[in-house]
Amino acid sequence: MAKKIGIEVSLAVSEAVRAADVDLIAAYPITPQTHIVEHLSELVADGKLDAEFVPVESEHTAMSLCIGSSAAGARTYTATSSQGLALMHEILYIAPALRMPIVMTLANRSLSGPISIWNDHSDVMTERDSCWIQTFAENGQEAFDLTLHAFKVAEHPDVLLPVMVNLDGFTLSHVVEPIEMMTQAEAKKYLKPYKPKLTLDTKHPITMGGVGLPAVYTEAKKQYETAITASKKVIIDEWKEFGKLYGRHYKPIETYKTKGAEIVLMTMGSISETAMTAVDGMRDKGISVGLMRFRLWRPFPLQEFQRAVKGIKTLAVVDRAISYGSQGGPVYMEVKSALYNQKERPQIFGFVAGLGGRDVTTDTFEEIVTKATRYAKKGKGPVYEMIGVREK
Amino acid sequence: MIEIRVHGRGGQGAVTSTELLALAAINEGKYAQAFPSFGPERRGAPVMAFTRISDKPIRTREMVYTPDIVVVLDPTLLQIVDVTTGLKKDGIVILNTSKDEKTIRKTFGIKAKLATIDATDIAMRNLGLPITNTTLLGSLIKACDVIKLKSIEAPLQKRFGRIAEKNWNALKEAYSKTPNIQ
Repeated sequence: MAKKIGIEVSLAVSEAVRAADVDLIAAYPITPQTHIVEHLSELVADGKLDAEFVPVESEHTAMSLCIGSSAAGARTYTATSSQGLALMHEILYIAPALRMPIVMTLANRSLSGPISIWNDHSDVMTERDSCWIQTFAENGQEAFDLTLHAFKVAEHPDVLLPVMVNLDGFTLSHVVEPIEMMTQAEAKKYLKPYKPKLTLDTKHPITMGGVGLPAVYTEAKKQYETAITASKKVIIDEWKEFGKLYGRHYKPIETYKTKGAEIVLMTMGSISETAMTAVDGMRDKGISVGLMRFRLWRPFPLQEFQRAVKGIKTLAVVDRAISYGSQGGPVYMEVKSALYNQKERPQIFGFVAGLGGRDVTTDTFEEIVTKATRYAKKGKGPVYEMIGVREK
Repeated sequence: MIEIRVHGRGGQGAVTSTELLALAAINEGKYAQAFPSFGPERRGAPVMAFTRISDKPIRTREMVYTPDIVVVLDPTLLQIVDVTTGLKKDGIVILNTSKDEKTIRKTFGIKAKLATIDATDIAMRNLGLPITNTTLLGSLIKACDVIKLKSIEAPLQKRFGRIAEKNWNALKEAYSKTPNIQ
């Protein structure tokens, strides 16, 4: 395999998009944008990537253009963050409905207000129900690999859905680290040229985006739901294929030292690395703790998750977003509902940490484990808990 | 694992210096990470940037709270920031100043191992600018052996292109004028 090179993770994602040999990139190149599209515009301008780069006037337009481009049969990419994703919201739901295999990188950053550009998962969680396939990268290598995987899955004839690759803003997007890169030729072993099933073509006119009268709307929704649920098989198969070709293996849920652990932390994204270090530290102190993390968030890997928690007595779920006025973070609530009907299930406690760029440290995880252990002993904890709130 | 914290002011290249250091370490086959303290970019405001270097994969994303080495690009920061905060026992401070070590220790109460260098003077003569980030890399490499001197040349060349040579000269001058204090 190729030697690892030092590169900013955002630029590595751009290089993955280049390796995927995309045809069109549409982006609104201003804050909260990352270096991803900046570097892609350089690659196109320098003739290193044969694609159209369209600097549009808003993210709403970026997604609209992506849909048009994808409908014309082009391999299409965009990237955004926080408010940019929020501005796309109206159009986001159209992409899966039209079965457009668009790939988007979302450098996760908080939503205002208060005005914030820092890292958390409040942006992606507002689009949880958009029918986009959603994966989460833990480090730069994963951000690169998941980007290629995203194109492969999105364009698979059994899927044809857009894919959103999530990577933590700043704590991942702005970090220089060693990453093994791939050229277009190397990537082509995995990702073949895109052959669309149906395109907008004046010689063979078809309608895309018709009205869903009450007589068909429900059936259409049922089809989208069937499609995204069925996509899980392709997602897993394509990870296996990727592993065979490149030696890096991925699955929907990763576990770390969970075997026989009395308490297991649950995370998504780059804080999982810090969590592993925290687990090692706590293990050294004799605390029986492990870690589980979701790489795949949509479709939710229900059966894999139910299998993975078998025998675990206590789960401490760490969310990076909050669902106001409900029962805590979206991951926590999802995890609880996934296990409610199981005969044997762990005690589950929810924590919200690292909002709007608040650093998540090994101490944060130790505090969470200490609290969850205490609640588990009592058999009772709060509805959920925000960690590190300064109240004085 | 070695953790390095660079203090500078917005526009002085603190982030660039941490990135160059990480790139050089990665080129040596080590694991490394470089990242800024994330905030609104304001020219002149105190900023920090970090590098971690290790022989093993680095599995943490938290900020650097207990650095082994602190580099200070701008001497005026000493009056407003305690640059030794969290510095490990036996930690090292590398400071850009025109004053001598004794005066600095007395004025600011620094007890840690300290290497001083008049990086502003070196940068002014070599670059014609009071931008000391690459100059202080020379001092850092000499004082602490974190990477080999020649490893920094390629990343420096790639980042600075036609002005790389001036930066390389400034870096080498600082290298020759700094003692190894490890």
